[in-house]
Amino acid sequence: MCLAVPYRIISKDGNKAIADVFGMQKEIDIRIIEDVDVDEYVLVHAGFAIQRVSQEDAKETLELLTELCEAEE
Amino acid sequence: MNNKFRNNPELKPLLQKIKNVIATLDGKALPLKFMEVCGTHTVSILKFGFRHYFKDSIKFLSGPGCPVCVTSAHDVDKIIYLAQQGNHLVTFGDLIKVPGTHSSLEREIAKGATVDVVYSPLDTIKIASNTKKEVIFIAIGFETTIPVIAGLVLDAYAQQINNVSILCLVKTMPNVLRFLLSQLKGEIDGMIMPGHVSVIIGSEPYEFVPQEYGIPCAIAGFEPVDLGLGIQTLVAQISSRDPKVDNRYTRMVRSEGNRAAQELISAVFQECDVSWRGFGSIPRSGLCLNEEFSFFDAEKRFRIKVKDEVVQSACICGDIIAGRKSPLDCTLFRKNCTPENPIGPCMVSFEGACAAYYKYGE
Ligand code: SF4
Repeated sequence: MCLAVPYRIISKDGNKAIADVFGMQKEIDIRIIEDVDVDEYVLVHAGFAIQRVSQEDAKETLELLTELCEAEE
Repeated sequence: MNNKFRNNPELKPLLQKIKNVIATLDGKALPLKFMEVCGTHTVSILKFGFRHYFKDSIKFLSGPGCPVCVTSAHDVDKIIYLAQQGNHLVTFGDLIKVPGTHSSLEREIAKGATVDVVYSPLDTIKIASNTKKEVIFIAIGFETTIPVIAGLVLDAYAQQINNVSILCLVKTMPNVLRFLLSQLKGEIDGMIMPGHVSVIIGSEPYEFVPQEYGIPCAIAGFEPVDLGLGIQTLVAQISSRDPKVDNRYTRMVRSEGNRAAQELISAVFQECDVSWRGFGSIPRSGLCLNEEFSFFDAEKRFRIKVKDEVVQSACICGDIIAGRKSPLDCTLFRKNCTPENPIGPCMVSFEGACAAYYKYGE
């Protein structure tokens, strides 16, 4: 339940943003992430961005996740 | 090691190195006992074969890091009471099957109770705007989830949504660990701290573990390499007799945590004593709404009438989340208790140790 996944911001509007992970888009809340820009990455838990992450770190995590998904098949 | 590791070239040599270091430890009884505090780590350890790979050298003990598992039967009874009174409940899916003393939400739904399962607590606002009923969010979770629940309370306040409240059952990590460590003296050789709780609180709140108890700590992520790095530092710290909090999840966790999230939490909540399944009440191990937001407290808004009953059961969930027992020690495991027909919460939740052993255990 405490799992969080990096999402890429696609567009934003006040406290809300549309963000993408693995081509899936979701509305998320970005109120505690200061001045986040489109194309930046945030760690999302239960629809709430809890941390800004660097592109490099986000990519590394997503690669690990992809590997796991492949290993699952 | 099973072939789930096949795509990761770094992992196998890493694990072999860990085994080599363990072989050189002297004066240390094997297997080493490591507690993985977080339920998601329990799942990873079983799913990726760590338990099997290290079977002679490391014993993994589950910890109190599964929100559903630590919710007491008495608290589940309160949830069921609120559902029976005709309120509209909003909850994470995990809670639906958890048995209380006499019923579960699943059975109440079958009898006509209104319960919505959501991905985000914030969805509660939309639900409440579309009904005249009282809408109650069942707030369970640890520091990762608490900022989101604070967000819900602040939104309800700002938008003056008066039919929303929360049944506040949230819990925090540091003091439950203190409680467990004082009970398990000498029985734990290392702790793997929850990665995403640490994103919020940072590494500093765990410093008392090596300082006061001399126990090595690793903050680790959830992928096999992350876990391998976490286990590696625990073994290295034992070898060098230099216990500390080693953050091996630096790509996500900063030592100070996320200050904005911490501020959001303290704007809405204050520390209080809360009761945990199997442990009873632990001082300052949870949060309740502060004075300013007490309007949203379901315990205050509704007179919840629930008896404090003790029901005899062979379920040892409370011992499992305390690191004292393994699901395999439970006489009901797999026979009477299965994910389809769970007897205790450790079999209900995806992150519960019993569910993880059922799914991935050999
Ligand atoms: S197997 Fe079922 S009954 Fe046994 S401890 Fe786990 S949840 Fe409880």
